[in-house]
Amino acid sequence: MHSSTDWLALIGHFLLLSLLAIGGAITVIPDMHRVMVEQMGLLTDAQFNASIAIAQASPGPNVLFVAVMGYQAAGLLGAGATLLGIMLPSTTLALVVARWGHARRDWRAVQAFKAGMAPIVIALMFSTGWILAVETSGWRHLLLTMASAALVWRTRVHLLVLILVGAILGATGTI
Amino acid sequence: MSQESSPLARPGSPRDLFIAFTLLALQGFGGVLAVAQRVLCEQRRWLTKEEFVEILAVGQVLPGPNVCNVALMVGDRFFGWRGAFAALAGMMAVPLVIVLVVTAVYAEYALHPAVAGALKGMGAVAAGLIVGTGFKLAAALRINPMGIPVCLTLIVSTFTAVALLRWPLVWVLVGLGTMACVYAWRRLRPAPATQGGDT
Repeated sequence: MHSSTDWLALIGHFLLLSLLAIGGAITVIPDMHRVMVEQMGLLTDAQFNASIAIAQASPGPNVLFVAVMGYQAAGLLGAGATLLGIMLPSTTLALVVARWGHARRDWRAVQAFKAGMAPIVIALMFSTGWILAVETSGWRHLLLTMASAALVWRTRVHLLVLILVGAILGATGTI
Repeated sequence: MSQESSPLARPGSPRDLFIAFTLLALQGFGGVLAVAQRVLCEQRRWLTKEEFVEILAVGQVLPGPNVCNVALMVGDRFFGWRGAFAALAGMMAVPLVIVLVVTAVYAEYALHPAVAGALKGMGAVAAGLIVGTGFKLAAALRINPMGIPVCLTLIVSTFTAVALLRWPLVWVLVGLGTMACVYAWRRLRPAPATQGGDT
């Protein structure tokens, strides 16, 4: 990182992106790329893409890719800065709204929101799965996706077992 | 209301929340939502499927990582802001350390074909986990006041817009979301006759 103004600009940008990230931090990736790679030159294209891949492959919420980007740009301090920036506004808002809604859970409007959004939320899960599956490509991978979907839906097999099977099939070149 | 038979449990302390969310986050490769649903609804039994979908709905509409919003709201519901902080910290702290360690060693192995293959395999499974969890949660729609045909129509339209046409999520939420909520509002019209007020 170059100077303290750069730091402030970066944190400020992430604070703003936090409030725009409807659907998760993954939705503002194009804008992060614009700022960190194209505008400020903090990361190379390869580093940027690797950040997302690393967070996907590691346990925990995918938003941690933001910390990886900060880390690659400026070490631990960078990781703290970007993560705090992306989390602080959205978590504050979520807490305020959740309390407001929970206190008014008997209101018809609040109940209508919950009922109306329920099928959309479920459809968004299908969409996320679809987009991830299409990106991994190849009919064998698609078959693996469908098999694991069926197993999660219908059985109580441990989710880590499924992930492990996927890793082994992939590492050995079976799929 | 819920299909589940035995009554719900609740966490004993914010520390319980921290531990539970740490453990569930550590099982979440390629996304934590599927694990969160299984742990919170089926293993710990802190939430019903319906409650999980409701909390997730708020988490989806608001900006920010969905699973982090879910952790925050679940923690807040049981222990106020201390619970919210404990749950969110559980979700983030240990995984953050792990992801930074992985970053430090990643460069050495990234190009190894077995590692690349394993990552693709895990990605394919992660996609399946979230789809399977969606099917599981769809059972909660049976008691939805909009009725099953309308729910199915909404699912198909949302999926088409987001997954196939790749429309921006914001517009889908504003457009389809508003229509769905207005329709649900009309279906929830208060029915005084069934309230048992008359003698």
